[in-house]
Amino acid sequence: MSLQVWTYLCVGLSFILYIAIAVKSRASSTREFYIAGAHVPPVANGLATAADWMSAASFISMAGIVSYMGRDGAVYLMGWTGGYVLLALMIAPYLRDFGKFTVPDFIGDRYYSQFARMVAVVCAIFVSFTYVAGQMRGVGVVFSRFLEVDIDMGVFIGMGIVFFYAVLGGMKGITYTQVAQYCVLIFAYMVPAVFISIMMTGQAIPQLGFGGQLTDAYGGGYLLDRLDGLHEELGFAAYTSGVRSTLDVLCITAALIMGTAGLPHVIIRFFTVPSVRAARKSAGYALLFIAILYTTAPAIAAFARTNLINTVNNAEYISMPAWFRTWENTNLISFTDKNGDGLIQYVADPDVNELVVDRDIIVLANPEIAQLPNWVIALVAAGGLAAALSTAAGLLLVISTAISHDLLKRNLMPDITEKQELLYARIAIFFAVCVAGYFGIRPPGFVAQVVAFAFGLAASSFFPAIVLGIFSIRMNKEGAVSGMITGIAFTAIYIVYFKFINPALDNADHWWFGISPEGIGAVGMLLNFLVAVLVCRFTDSPPRDVQDMVLDIRVPGKPD
Amino acid sequence: MRSDDNRYWKENIRILTILLSIWFVVSFLMSVIFVDQLDSIRLGGFKLGFWMAQQGSVYVYVILIFVYLKLMDRLDHKYHHEEKAILEEEQRQENAAADDQA
Repeated sequence: MSLQVWTYLCVGLSFILYIAIAVKSRASSTREFYIAGAHVPPVANGLATAADWMSAASFISMAGIVSYMGRDGAVYLMGWTGGYVLLALMIAPYLRDFGKFTVPDFIGDRYYSQFARMVAVVCAIFVSFTYVAGQMRGVGVVFSRFLEVDIDMGVFIGMGIVFFYAVLGGMKGITYTQVAQYCVLIFAYMVPAVFISIMMTGQAIPQLGFGGQLTDAYGGGYLLDRLDGLHEELGFAAYTSGVRSTLDVLCITAALIMGTAGLPHVIIRFFTVPSVRAARKSAGYALLFIAILYTTAPAIAAFARTNLINTVNNAEYISMPAWFRTWENTNLISFTDKNGDGLIQYVADPDVNELVVDRDIIVLANPEIAQLPNWVIALVAAGGLAAALSTAAGLLLVISTAISHDLLKRNLMPDITEKQELLYARIAIFFAVCVAGYFGIRPPGFVAQVVAFAFGLAASSFFPAIVLGIFSIRMNKEGAVSGMITGIAFTAIYIVYFKFINPALDNADHWWFGISPEGIGAVGMLLNFLVAVLVCRFTDSPPRDVQDMVLDIRVPGKPD
Repeated sequence: MRSDDNRYWKENIRILTILLSIWFVVSFLMSVIFVDQLDSIRLGGFKLGFWMAQQGSVYVYVILIFVYLKLMDRLDHKYHHEEKAILEEEQRQENAAADDQA
């Protein structure tokens, strides 16, 4: 069968599966729509959280980014997993015991303030839209590369699918489709990785092949030593050494970790399990399932980097394998023969270098580079779509609940019935899908820049407010609100200045203490903590019932 | 009753302090600040610092959460929380059944 037929088959079957699940799990109450009735077993929630978390960027781009950053790529590997330890130990069990629907619910109730609730709503919506735009784009890109449909058409199809199961089933439909999507995406990620690992190192487990010896066909010796050697030859810094300053690496890692622990679409998943114990357990399962992909990604990065350099450097352009031409056609690879010798020079020096390789190619072209059968390549397309759709659905639900529940029910229109609230939730998700689709078709030029924003904001607003709300009984609304505002304002101004107002200055010489905009959320978070604690000292204690609530959520198994 | 809750919370904080200290050492000290020093030690084909940053830290995170789960189970058992949780769960299921009938 041709690649095209295989791809239609894989993608088509996976879509039918998602729709079948959606039809089976319709939501009939707001409790089901917002938190799947809190009936989700811990393993299922772990799977759903993993799919929710791993986006198009994790699936398609991460291995490529690590491949180009070498050791510094660890900021993403640790930054996007380490937060789960904080979630499991400091946030998820207590918020589960709190037992409401959303993050703004907690902020608003704990700080007995509609203003705090609104700050949380605005942050939740902003962070989620930032994120979802990228997912819709990812759907379009996968469609256009593998199925040769127009990017816009791809976005429409993706919108249709998400719309169907999100509007119908809310959190319930989303949860069970995410379980299926995790299975699809992890299978699609692991199969090529295992094949390549066997091919290059004779090791079936990529995590071991990563530190293993190359087979004789690849010249023997440890893979990483060879890669360091190749890098030195071509003038790059050694693969296993870092280039960024230690302080910057520290700040970026911290900002991503605390951002992860403060992202509403992740936290909300822990409201869907039946008990505090189940919340702890599902955080463990979630990280386990995420770790399978996150420890494989750096292995793929090293395999692909070695393979790429071996294949292209100083090789004749006309004797390049077929995948080289395929991806040249999509402009992900471009070659200009600067010295006219017909050979490809791939080196660090930009004046001599003749080859530009897009980082996404590391995952997308991996199966072709390893000459794997067509069905594996088709699988990668289905996996990329699963990753993008599952994350998009989780984010859209956060936007919808923020509007129907936090904004309308808990603030503007407290008298609406449950039926009306459910209707508003469905309308909100409908509009959210449309806006996300619009961003997917006409991506604002700043999408790439605002990813730093999403994590920086979550780290500098939600994370300290939630942690203080649980661990300090004394923390009051004045402290929390001024802390959040300081954190957000500081982080936002720093990022906006370097990303939008003065992008020319966006380099290590101009950053404060060499901290990049990606890492500034860590400083914003510290400021938030500092201001909150200071202001709290000079203002009144929170009311008695709020203090009692905090004592209650600290101990599991108490009636709400 | 309250004093029981207080003791439970203190022990909870102690568990968090120990586990989060390990988390901090692994994430920030071993994988970022002292990574170059650790790189002088080799682990098969890996330099230790590089391995910690790209592999080891993630494994430690997973282990930390499951250890936490075990320790908290033991703590909940000591304070008889799981019985309350079971009671609550039964109550909840009864309510849900009643909802379904309605």
